Amino acid sequence: MEVVEGTSRRVEGRDASNRSPIPPAFRSLVWFLAILASLVLAWELYKVVGKALEGIVPLPVRPDNKSMPHVWDIVGVLFTRRLPNEPILLVVLLRESLFTFREALIGFAVGTAVGFSLAIAFSQSRLLERAFMPYVVASQTVPLVAIAPIIVIWGAKIGWPVWISVSIISAYLVFFPVAINTLRGLRSPDPTAMELMRSYAAGRRDTLWKVQAPAAMPFIFSALKISATASVVGALVGELPSSLNQGLGRALLSFMYTFITGPEKLFAAILVASLLSMSFVGVIATVEHYVLRNRRGSR
Amino acid sequence: MSEHAVVAEGVGKVFNAGSTDQVEALKGIDLTIEGGEFVSLIGPSGCGKSTLLRLIGDLVQPSSGRLEVNGKTPHQARLDRDYAMVFQKATLLEWRTVGKNVQLPLEIMGVDKADRERRSRDYLDLVQLGEFVDHYPWQLSGGMQQRVAIARGLVFDPALLLMDEPFGALDEMTRERMQMELMDIWRRTGKTVVFVTHSIPEAVFLSTRVVVMSPRPGRITDVIDVDLPQPRTFDTRESTPYYEKMTEVREALRAAGVGVE
Ligand SMILES: Nc1ncnc2c1ncn2[C@@H]1O[C@H](COP(=O)(O)OP(=O)(O)OP(=O)(O)O)[C@@H](O)[C@H]1O
Ligand SMILES: [Mg+2]
Repeated sequence: MEVVEGTSRRVEGRDASNRSPIPPAFRSLVWFLAILASLVLAWELYKVVGKALEGIVPLPVRPDNKSMPHVWDIVGVLFTRRLPNEPILLVVLLRESLFTFREALIGFAVGTAVGFSLAIAFSQSRLLERAFMPYVVASQTVPLVAIAPIIVIWGAKIGWPVWISVSIISAYLVFFPVAINTLRGLRSPDPTAMELMRSYAAGRRDTLWKVQAPAAMPFIFSALKISATASVVGALVGELPSSLNQGLGRALLSFMYTFITGPEKLFAAILVASLLSMSFVGVIATVEHYVLRNRRGSR
Repeated sequence: MSEHAVVAEGVGKVFNAGSTDQVEALKGIDLTIEGGEFVSLIGPSGCGKSTLLRLIGDLVQPSSGRLEVNGKTPHQARLDRDYAMVFQKATLLEWRTVGKNVQLPLEIMGVDKADRERRSRDYLDLVQLGEFVDHYPWQLSGGMQQRVAIARGLVFDPALLLMDEPFGALDEMTRERMQMELMDIWRRTGKTVVFVTHSIPEAVFLSTRVVVMSPRPGRITDVIDVDLPQPRTFDTRESTPYYEKMTEVREALRAAGVGVE
């Protein structure tokens, strides 16, 4: 077979009007689907090969349908009803997701605000940084599974609605990457750019908004993408010890209890949870693409 | 006190004093620059030319000696926005268009938008980059970026221009044209210019005085008056006194123990 080369010529150079005809979003979607297909293939292949080798070679996970349901069964269960008067499982899970997403979003907003504030404060004062940074780091060494029940219990004592506690747990995971990366970003400008601002006798505020913050943008967006997933994880884990009867975390927990009778439901819930995180990251990546569209190498 | 633009008395600068990477960048600098002068600093790489400009601009602090700018401390002169620094690197902000880069000092100094736009356009025209106002710096060549930096330095009309090899990245044709423009601005506005260069012809053509420096530690070894008639024109470059001055500067550099091109 002959290989046709040069069909997707990459256009490079300084002229911004010479853009590649294939939008990058589309290209990454193609890659995403290709990798998804190979993952599905690998899963099913493991089941087939595993069945043949079972008893001969030790396997990490049993390849039977009780431990690893078929992909089509997982997808299929999304379109079945548990009770006749209930909507299909996909709709149920999406509703639960919406509830969890709201908690995650609030946690994300609060965590991001805290992260930015810390980064700005630390960037203005080495003393503040030296005094408080160890605690910021230490906060992340406390395991989330230990701190989540405490926050839920305290929240209940104060009389807060439970979702507030869950959002706080989410914010707890979010603020750290935002603070660390934003601080790095605020310190990233070329020293000569800082000297230039000094030569204009520019105030801290001008230097922050006109030089440091714009320079920090790429760092901030990497942090936001990490934090978006972290906020969902935080909300899911936060729901587990709570007495909520809503949310994707609760759904995951109850499907775990009924794993023996319906393993595909747990996998279906996991699928929806990852979809939720990915959409969140996708939204941020889109905003990033728009905000950084005029930077070097963005075209 | 005085009307001098710059006074340096026994100025020295030691970087990283007391550590193993200590560098004595400047030692015993005595220099007085009158208002309206055009003074070039010439000398080999590492002799402290950029450091001297930074000292005048209050961007680094002297280790010894005394400095005065426009009759004030360098600190006060900086706060009063008495000078513009054109750095050796263009140092444009990559997220701002060329026009917005030139407007940066005006924004900080609180000039209103219409005025900012008019002035940035004028100075971009001056450096012949008027049509690039909406481009981003990374879409420009190195020499074009340097011209934007020059426009940004001129745009707020400072009394003192501190220029660190501003034409170093330019081709010969553009360089000569920019020299003429700078001469013209200098004569029209009566600005004081302190100009770092590696080029003997450039130093002699532009300056009223050439300060010759030598390294390790950086010091002034000679100051040469360039009394060629003003205004300097194309003919100046072909006149005998011009060649004699170049020879004088070259010999001063050699006497300072510096091998020259
Ligand atoms: N921030 C700094 N920290 C430590 N050493 C420095 C610093 N800035 C300059 N130096 C040292 O001071 C000396 C003079 O440097 P400077 O940049 O002033 O030289 P220059 O004459 O401008 O050289 P060039 O022509 O290459 O630009 C050099 O030895 C340099 O290593
Ligand atoms: Mg230099």
